[in-house]
Amino acid sequence: MKVEAPATLDEALACLQAAPLVPLAGGTDLLVHWPGNLEAKAGHYVDLWALDELRGIRRDAEGLTLGALATYWDAIRDSRIREEFPILVQAARQVGAIQIQSRGTWAGNVVNASPAADGVPVLMALDAVVVLASASRRREVPLDAFYTGYRTTVRRADELVVAVRLPDRGNAVQTFVKVGSRRAQAIAKVGLALARSEAGWRVVAASVAPTVVRCRTVEAALDAGDAFAAPEDLLPLLREDVTPIDDLRSTARYREMVLARVLWHAIAEAA
Amino acid sequence: MSPERGSYADPAVDYHVEIAFTLNGAEVRIRVDPAERLLDVLRYRLGLTGTKEGCAEGECGACTVWIDGLPVDSCLVPAVQARGREVVTIEAVDPMRLRPLLESGATQCGACTPGVVMTALWILDHPDLLETHTVRELMAGNLCRCTGYDGIVEGVLEALEATRDTEREPA
Repeated sequence: MKVEAPATLDEALACLQAAPLVPLAGGTDLLVHWPGNLEAKAGHYVDLWALDELRGIRRDAEGLTLGALATYWDAIRDSRIREEFPILVQAARQVGAIQIQSRGTWAGNVVNASPAADGVPVLMALDAVVVLASASRRREVPLDAFYTGYRTTVRRADELVVAVRLPDRGNAVQTFVKVGSRRAQAIAKVGLALARSEAGWRVVAASVAPTVVRCRTVEAALDAGDAFAAPEDLLPLLREDVTPIDDLRSTARYREMVLARVLWHAIAEAA
Repeated sequence: MSPERGSYADPAVDYHVEIAFTLNGAEVRIRVDPAERLLDVLRYRLGLTGTKEGCAEGECGACTVWIDGLPVDSCLVPAVQARGREVVTIEAVDPMRLRPLLESGATQCGACTPGVVMTALWILDHPDLLETHTVRELMAGNLCRCTGYDGIVEGVLEALEATRDTEREPA
């Protein structure tokens, strides 16, 4: 196993241009069961953890910028985020516990591309934009266009996610619901982030499709002012948007029903 | 996740690197294999076996140490990332600070205890955390299959109370 240790972002991008290395940030996903993971141990990595220029959370007129090394704990301890983007804090507090929150990064959660991610749904509901850089160029991709399938993204091998940006839209509604087998330290059976801003409703679901997904049929109905008398009334719309499966954590039927119910309650509370 | 789209290291080449970091207040210099975790270096290279390995997946918290003042699972930290950091392990703890935990039944078999103590002392050192969090939430990353957690939570609360009393009556 080989790990490159660049001292600057430019050096890191040069490493990535030379070879398709695996970017390593807080390690909370990559190092799981590390001693027995022979394939991972044969890999070639680029360690980002020393790149202070990627650390921290910045605010400007356009909104919030989470540097690629901004952790969940950074967001939890930020009083302005607590006030302006409370769902970021709600989701962050449900990612493992302090030991994970202190190392896990928002950008790492985005790139890891798990359909059961907790950070991704809230970022997507807030219209996050992923900032990618390579040695030769920089580009921005809306998070809802970042995933191409199960654990695949539009990131090219020479690119690094350097930041995640959130526009300032004054989201009047922000709700995050995670359904797991227990309150702490669980992986989501169903995740839901709901937001409403001047741009309209955002309904984002986790663990019910190959990627975290926006439920655009439901969003359109909410934007049109449709009302739903019962959770079951949401099911025909949700079936257009999500494709849950049976797996080790839950069943398709349970996920669909629970998503409809938590969504219905979240909408009712927001009204 | 496997580096399926990544490039591979040459198995015939030695990729060991030298790192320096502060461990329990003292400078440490050591050559490490990049595949070693901080936990491995602490236990098997430096002989600090107080830090335990439980699940190896960031769930149980038995391997909790502090890096730059924050609790982390040392099973999920590549040793090379300790470079330049300040690491504190259970070996640095003043045994007298454990009294409230012992008296409240916060420990039974002891497997989780070093990790529990590292998180508990972090809470005691930062009582302002309790303005936004409960002790139970802050301790959620330390699994214990003996105590049922009540003893642990009570121990932390009693220690916090004792700290406040000491502050009220300066010696």
